[in-house]
Amino acid sequence: MIFGVCFKLTAQTIISGKIKDTKGHPIAGASVSLKNTYDGATSDSIGNYHFSTTEKGDQVIAVTNVGYNSVEQKINIAAEPIKLDLAMKEQLNELKAVTITAGSFAAGDNKRGAVLSSIDVATTAGSNADITAALKTLPGAQQVGEQEGLFVRGGAGYEAKQYIDGTLVNNPYNASVPDLASRGRFSPFLFKGTVFSTGGYSALYGQALSAVVLLESIDLPEKSEIDATISPLVVGVGTQQLAKDKKSSFGVTYNYTNVGLYFDLVKQVPDYFKVPQFHSGDANFRIKTKSGGMIKYYTTFGYSQLGLRRPDVDSLYYKDAFALNNHNWYNNLSWKEYLPNGWKMNLGAGYSTNKDNLMQQVQNSNNQPLQFNDTTAWWMQVKNFGLVNRQDLSQVKAVFEKKLGGISYLRFGGEYQYSYNSTLYNDTLHKFSDNYSALFAESDVYITNDLAAKLGLRFENSSILGKVDLAPRVSLAYKTGKDAQISAAYGIFYQKPENTQLMYTTNLGYTKATHYIINYQKMTRERTLRIEAYYKKYDDLVETIPVSYNYYSYNNNGNGYAKGVELFWRDKKTFKDFDYWISYSYLDTKRQFLNYPQQLMPTFAATHTASIVTKRFFTDIKTGVNLTYSFATGRPYYDFLINNTGKYFIGDQGKTKDFNSLGFSAEYVPSIGKKNAKTFIVLFASVNNVLGYNAVYGYNYPYSGNPMLKQEINPPAKRFYFIGCFLSWGVDRTQDAINNNL
Amino acid sequence: MKKVLLAFGLLIAVAANAQSDKYVAVMQKNLALLDSAKTSQDFQSAANAFERIGDAEKTQWLPYYYSGLALSTIGWMDKNLDKDANSTRINALCDKAEAIEKNAEIYALRNMSATQQMLVDPQSRWQTYGQQAAAFLKEGMTMDPNNPRLYYLQAQNIFGTPEAFGGGKKNAKPLFEKSVALFKTFQVKPLYPNWGQKSAEDMLAKCQ
Repeated sequence: MIFGVCFKLTAQTIISGKIKDTKGHPIAGASVSLKNTYDGATSDSIGNYHFSTTEKGDQVIAVTNVGYNSVEQKINIAAEPIKLDLAMKEQLNELKAVTITAGSFAAGDNKRGAVLSSIDVATTAGSNADITAALKTLPGAQQVGEQEGLFVRGGAGYEAKQYIDGTLVNNPYNASVPDLASRGRFSPFLFKGTVFSTGGYSALYGQALSAVVLLESIDLPEKSEIDATISPLVVGVGTQQLAKDKKSSFGVTYNYTNVGLYFDLVKQVPDYFKVPQFHSGDANFRIKTKSGGMIKYYTTFGYSQLGLRRPDVDSLYYKDAFALNNHNWYNNLSWKEYLPNGWKMNLGAGYSTNKDNLMQQVQNSNNQPLQFNDTTAWWMQVKNFGLVNRQDLSQVKAVFEKKLGGISYLRFGGEYQYSYNSTLYNDTLHKFSDNYSALFAESDVYITNDLAAKLGLRFENSSILGKVDLAPRVSLAYKTGKDAQISAAYGIFYQKPENTQLMYTTNLGYTKATHYIINYQKMTRERTLRIEAYYKKYDDLVETIPVSYNYYSYNNNGNGYAKGVELFWRDKKTFKDFDYWISYSYLDTKRQFLNYPQQLMPTFAATHTASIVTKRFFTDIKTGVNLTYSFATGRPYYDFLINNTGKYFIGDQGKTKDFNSLGFSAEYVPSIGKKNAKTFIVLFASVNNVLGYNAVYGYNYPYSGNPMLKQEINPPAKRFYFIGCFLSWGVDRTQDAINNNL
Repeated sequence: MKKVLLAFGLLIAVAANAQSDKYVAVMQKNLALLDSAKTSQDFQSAANAFERIGDAEKTQWLPYYYSGLALSTIGWMDKNLDKDANSTRINALCDKAEAIEKNAEIYALRNMSATQQMLVDPQSRWQTYGQQAAAFLKEGMTMDPNNPRLYYLQAQNIFGTPEAFGGGKKNAKPLFEKSVALFKTFQVKPLYPNWGQKSAEDMLAKCQ
């Protein structure tokens, strides 16, 4: 009896075997255990495990390993050794799985696949914290300086649209001035994530032929604080207040920009008779809901005015005086909520109204207005006008997302936009409104961790066009190795003609672009390499038909193409404390649209464009220094004239000289490391076009078409300087700054 | 009847004792293995063994704690490790341990797990993992203001931060001193965490 017990206690059964994955490769480090006992082992580097146990009878063997689904197997333990090989299936894992990167650059703080973070946008020399200017250092975007907007892959500026929290922004830039690029209305610090998609984007977005910029606003602030900006150009004050329970917050800011003092110091080429001034205020509230969702409201109001004179192109002594004031009010309300059973809901609503009040007149050398005969000198008289433009947009959007098995998703929803646009040209009022609605569905399908597909379809209807369209979108991604992948995308994109065209004729249809993109990306934490090739086909572009002098009609007979190769390399590793990226774009594009008599390379396209952005932080002196160099080959320019049969022809053409620009900026952060500093200070200085290169963006032609009299389009001053001080009280940003620069 | 009950009670007591003896023995054995572990593989085996003990015992937090501690050691030594996956596992072990008992030692472990995730990309991860790591230390110190390991971890973090940003030897030194002083009076219970004293003393020496 006693012997029996002893025998029982010491009789050990050996259990061994091999742990493999479904492809038969050994798995190392898997934990093999006999459930509810201490007994078990860890598989070695070739997947073998081995242990002994005193347990007997029916037991369960459990195998667990990070990244794999657990496996359990019933066994019966008797005296004889057990040999048991088990296979584990790899988990579909969002962090490990391949992502679709064709066409899109994600910039965000916590997003994986981030190429630029928000702080990168702010510290890109030459951008002066303008989101669009920073995005211009990425491949695909052109160095266009005479108009606002992103000119992407042979597309015009209006072919790129901006979205905040999923809803369209109607007037993302400050009011437009002829031959000058306006800044964006939104500070990069409002957003936690930015996606810049240069093609092949999701079916959730429409009405953009070339590109979308998707901005995701920040959630709750870290702490309550008061901020101030002091600069010779701008003063501002603001506060963000976080509730004690950290569940809600609100904030207000106000900024006033007046460049009068600056223009006294730095001579501008145009004669500013009304110094540019901007008032802008914004307010927000954010509420975290019980289930972890967010309700966010953001509103901003802006008022600006300016007036400037430039030499008139048709005469020697006359001047064109241009004056503008702009009112803009933008509202965005969004609600993101997690629903039971793996559902997620994103609701958005927006209202914006924008009013431009423009005046232009021809003046003599004493700045007195001049009138001309309407028939014998109409080309002069048309330069005397008053224009009041108004654009209102109301919209709602709903997106529902359902998690399918594993990490696959299904998304669907709809949006509705009501837009009202009016133009009062001298005494003539033109107006139109449009009811635009869209339905969309999209699915992210993961076949394995290494192969994913995104399939989408978008249906759109515009009441003013009286037409519907159906836009399919497909993209695929395949992981070719550790950190490396290939993606491909295809999609059809539609866009309504511009307001200025619909104002005069509604007998138009959608313009259309078809994208084909292939992309290779290798990305580690510290290095990113991207190579992308694309082909884009344009159809149904809007063409201008001269009806009589100064009066046009439009049709959809235009077309074109763009193709190219782009390269992006970012490296934070090779040189200590030094971060740089290089972008290169090759572009071959031609289009027939507006007044182009045949397919031509558009004036906003350069064959070669490149940027080098560098950033270095010197910890000993608490100072960061940033340099950006941008280069583009010359862009074409044309003078289109009308012949006797009422058709456009090229009166003159050429190519501008190459474009070069070196931007410099530096920030000094003395509060870093001062533990109990009550005030957080950043001193910032920047110079655009340090080398004083004389940029020529194109030419303006006189009515006569005489090429000898053409005028260069230049920036208003060779260099732009900025100096400012940012103060913040209440929040300890020290840690922020440290880690942004570690 | 009383005798029967007494005998029965005794039997249970003996059985329970035997059970806990078995637990103590297996813990001691594996703690010895953990102490002598050198390679990632050794630590991995130790982590798996402790997790098995925890799963079998169900009422002991220490096995889960040591399992997590072994994994966090791999986190410090293996540069190529997927830190997010490793920390996810550590956090799951902390959850299991905390379901049994909430204490400062588990917060120390959570701090290391979050710190390791933060260090993957400090620039963009500070806001999330850096803040978490700091919050865990704070929670731990509220629960046990005299835990030397928490001050050691805090000092270690400051030591690794450049001087210009408020880190460096000078700023870390008082915390290492505090940690070393607390270690001298710290009462170590059998099987309970007992690491860090030598490291704290070595670091303090480096600060001189």
